Amino acid sequence: MRSLIRISDLSCNDIDRLADTAEDIIASPEKYSHICNGKKLASLFFEPSTRTRLSFEAAMYELGGQVIGFSEAQSSSSAKGESVADTAKVISCYADIIAMRHPKEGAPLVAAMNASVPVINAGDGGHNHPTQTLADLLTIRREKKTFSGLTVGLCGDLKFGRTVHSLIEAMSRYPGNRFVLISPEELKLPSYVKNDFLKKNGIPYMQTSDLDEALPELDILYMTRVQKERFFNEEDYLRLKDSYILTPDKLRSAKDSLCIMHPLPRVNEISTAVDSDPRACYFRQVLNGKYMRMALIKMLLEEARI
Amino acid sequence: MNIDPIRNGIVIDHITAGKGIELYRLLGLESADCSVALITNAASTKTGRKDIIKIDELIDLNTDLLGYVDPGVTVNIIRDGKTTEKRKISLPERFEGVISCRNPRCITSTEQELPQVFRLADPENRVYRCIYCDSKA
Repeated sequence: MRSLIRISDLSCNDIDRLADTAEDIIASPEKYSHICNGKKLASLFFEPSTRTRLSFEAAMYELGGQVIGFSEAQSSSSAKGESVADTAKVISCYADIIAMRHPKEGAPLVAAMNASVPVINAGDGGHNHPTQTLADLLTIRREKKTFSGLTVGLCGDLKFGRTVHSLIEAMSRYPGNRFVLISPEELKLPSYVKNDFLKKNGIPYMQTSDLDEALPELDILYMTRVQKERFFNEEDYLRLKDSYILTPDKLRSAKDSLCIMHPLPRVNEISTAVDSDPRACYFRQVLNGKYMRMALIKMLLEEARI
Repeated sequence: MNIDPIRNGIVIDHITAGKGIELYRLLGLESADCSVALITNAASTKTGRKDIIKIDELIDLNTDLLGYVDPGVTVNIIRDGKTTEKRKISLPERFEGVISCRNPRCITSTEQELPQVFRLADPENRVYRCIYCDSKA
């Protein structure tokens, strides 16, 4: 029984297959609108989330399936002290597949070890969020037509941003990519991510704090939110936050083919004036997330039947 | 210094000098029913100095723990006064129940009945990570 807990649970072949299915769903949604008839997705959200939960639920409905579940821990048995393992065993009796978000890191893995149906990690604290990475990957493939030979700029909070770590992990498996890591000193990419995915595989990268300098060479710019709560000194936060506001003016030096991505929600790191720029891909990225979740639900349910 | 030879038991040899006492405690040898000798700073042709633990009974040893704390130790099994087996202990791929994850955001911090399991993430630098949250051991 296969689950998706972290992006490395999927091979490059799996990702290609999922992206092919997602593209086919986009082209011919009617072909897929009944494939999950009679199937139920348990949407177990132990902490609040709007976009991921609604994306999973919309994905299941569009496949013809149904959704059961809860959207906060208070309305689940965990409030009574039930363990994740027991919850997973119980829910396996009601649903065909589980999507779980949990504030504790590793909770979806515990669920997968105990469930008798596939489990999808819909975010476990600041740890993994593999379906966001699937959304990012489909966006890259649709916008750039390839996963290889790209200069990928990652900008903002590279220290705590789980989506950044997973995207590096995923993209470092394809040949010819290089990374430009743009962040303030305080929010640099952790050394274990550099060691495990970049240095170990001999993947070229450079670190800078200057977005303007890096922009002209980028094929992809992945913006993230600089989180105020990470700073001890508010003065530092205000100074650093302002240096990463992407504006139409800054984008003048960027390639016409640049793909601007953001896992959302954004606060002020991308000016709304950029939204009408054809290079702004972040709302298409949201839609791609739903299609990849549809493809993933389909794949895991098919595999579970084998 | 003389210590009686073992007839049936275990000799943990080539322990890095200074680590013998740590292993002695982690292996729970303080509460062993048999005689146990801890020899520190013994002469070693390979490393100059080494520690040795001699256990006068064939007990179950947690070799994962040995490998995690001091890879490179040798475990000699003695039967009827003869070394019948010599095991070179290397870094285990994973180990369970030796240490606990210190990450307060890890699921093991709230669900304490879960087994504490760590996997070898970087053999070169001997880095182990919690299988649940990937925190460094």
